[in-house]
Amino acid sequence: MRNKKPAAVVAVAVLGSLALAACGGGGPTAAGGKLSDGKVVIGLLNDQSGVYKDLSGPNSKVAIQMAIDDYKAKYGAKAVAKTIEIVTADHQNKPDIANTKAQEMYDRQNADIILDVPTSSAALAVATVAKAKKKLFIDITAGTTELTGKSCNKYTYAWAYDTAMLAKGTGAAVVRNGGKSWSIVYPDYAFGQSMNKSFTEAVTGAGGTVQQSIATPFPNDNFATFITKAASTTPQVIGIMAAGGDLINFVKQYNQAGMQSKAQLAVGLMFITDIHSLGVDQFAGTTFTEPWYWNFDAQNKAWADRFQAKTGTRPTFAHAGNYSAALNYLEAVQAAGTDDADAVRKQLDGKKINDIFLRNGQIRSDHRVVHDVYLAKVKTKAQVTEPWDYEKIVQTIPAADAFEPVSAACKM
Amino acid sequence: MSAFVQYTVQGLAAGGFYALAALGLAVIFGVLGVVNFSHGACYMLGAVAAAVLLDVLHVHFWVALAIVPILLFLVGVLMERLLIRWLLRLDPLYNFLLTFGLSLILVDVVKRRYGVSGLPYERPAGMAGQLHIGGIGLPTYSVFVCLFSLLICGVVWLLLTKTRVGMIVRASTEDADRTRALGINVGRWVTPVFGFGIALAGLAGVMAAPFRAITADMGSNFVIILFAVVVIGGLGSILGAVVAGFLVGLVEAYGQAYAPTFAQVAIFVLMAGVVLFRPAGLFGRDESA
Repeated sequence: MRNKKPAAVVAVAVLGSLALAACGGGGPTAAGGKLSDGKVVIGLLNDQSGVYKDLSGPNSKVAIQMAIDDYKAKYGAKAVAKTIEIVTADHQNKPDIANTKAQEMYDRQNADIILDVPTSSAALAVATVAKAKKKLFIDITAGTTELTGKSCNKYTYAWAYDTAMLAKGTGAAVVRNGGKSWSIVYPDYAFGQSMNKSFTEAVTGAGGTVQQSIATPFPNDNFATFITKAASTTPQVIGIMAAGGDLINFVKQYNQAGMQSKAQLAVGLMFITDIHSLGVDQFAGTTFTEPWYWNFDAQNKAWADRFQAKTGTRPTFAHAGNYSAALNYLEAVQAAGTDDADAVRKQLDGKKINDIFLRNGQIRSDHRVVHDVYLAKVKTKAQVTEPWDYEKIVQTIPAADAFEPVSAACKM
Repeated sequence: MSAFVQYTVQGLAAGGFYALAALGLAVIFGVLGVVNFSHGACYMLGAVAAAVLLDVLHVHFWVALAIVPILLFLVGVLMERLLIRWLLRLDPLYNFLLTFGLSLILVDVVKRRYGVSGLPYERPAGMAGQLHIGGIGLPTYSVFVCLFSLLICGVVWLLLTKTRVGMIVRASTEDADRTRALGINVGRWVTPVFGFGIALAGLAGVMAAPFRAITADMGSNFVIILFAVVVIGGLGSILGAVVAGFLVGLVEAYGQAYAPTFAQVAIFVLMAGVVLFRPAGLFGRDESA
């Protein structure tokens, strides 16, 4: 008899809390403008301490915060997302760590979306997690075409660039200007292999020939033997597909070996921070394809001035890309009235966008964002008018021509 | 054939960096019994110092080559006086951990101050282009690094064999206790020798500045290979450090040229092989003998 009273109390407590839960805030699947746990959480996953820290890194959090501020300023009291948080994590450019951190962000930190993720192998890992968790992932800084090819899924977007776009821009342009015979040097991992494939296709498609493709270890700081190998077939152009610190090492050793007079140097992927760290003179005259340049026009410069006021430095395309992705995501949340991934992505799919980052932009069926990109040439020291003003935009490549068409390998 | 010669010269140039730095490491271990894990960070400091001197004081490469080793000598003296000496009487593992921690601090301080993208550096006057020797084009810089590191190793060798200080260092390396028993004040030489070892690492760093990206992390991989070098040469053997340094440089170059997928492993396979057949290293002395 005495034992039944506590049991009854427990039963009432359980029934009571169930009733409360049923009346309460609802879950992510509730219709009619509810946010999961009452807020929007944006996850920023990138290299916060290693070789890619400067091209994106912690300053991308500043860019995302600018997007949040602009969103709130635009919608004020009518904003669907009244509380927006940013959570950050460092994946150290390793796919296994990226995998773990992405799962942590989605599960434990309730991230509704993950942004950035440089390093192609890490990006592919996060895409798999996004698909499994059914949450959004917009990649800004990784280049592999597989994100919108073989490994595409309906929760993953590629916002800024890919290796095919770089190859189409730089590869085709250099061949058209007379650089027909190429030696390609590439780092032997997902990004490098993708670049090698894309550039080989673009060069041969434009009428050139690739004499050899030389794989190097990644990361690597001594390229002397690889430069000798590349030069041994006397190509007109040597294409280097390394990025970041490896690129700096390569170009330094390339110049030191006196190669500038022997072959033209084409760089697959360059960030403005690379030019800053090596010095304009060592890169002078190099042609490359740029997804976005801070000093391209007044609109870009205005945004770059705001960025500089907060960080003390000029933005790379990754910073602008993170801003654009975050802002467009929040706009999609606003339009959907919820942060439910499926509802939000319906707002994103097919959307046409014109903002500071994307000109004539559109989100395609394979979740590749196409937009105008730019063929750039590095200035000589004499041409530089202010700090970070390193690039001369030679040509705008319109969105329709810049990217490869939708791949048949992508099956959503 | 000409490609082989080019690879050889490049290998000897890379080996020159290893030989110089390994020489410093071997001397420090020989006299102090300290396994200096911060050697890679000191190499990085040498390169960073050259870049900063250029940027702030417009000191060019050839002058930096003389100044930076002196600066790094002072850094080494500070390190020894303030930190290392307190743990000298203990198991070498303590100083190994101390220098490991020191390297982490140094790398992070440089990262905070200068970022990760690296510092720009000039191309030294007179070093551009190629030399044509026997019809083969060799980068002038590679030839310079080869010859200069051989020269410095030669000078150090003369110092060690022909001077009284050198004799003390060699004797202390072989057997510090017996040297003390003969009435030599080994302790007096501990600080300068440590400073000298660090100065050699800094010299390798300055020489690398025009050649390699000057980043906070540039010493991290370097120190791993450096340890492989001293193990192959024999920990404590000065000749071994130099010979192994050049040997490893050559193995790395030939590996990259002829078997790129195995290039990074080749050095450690060599190390494993040497240790299997000669546990004390190529020139090391077996301690039980």
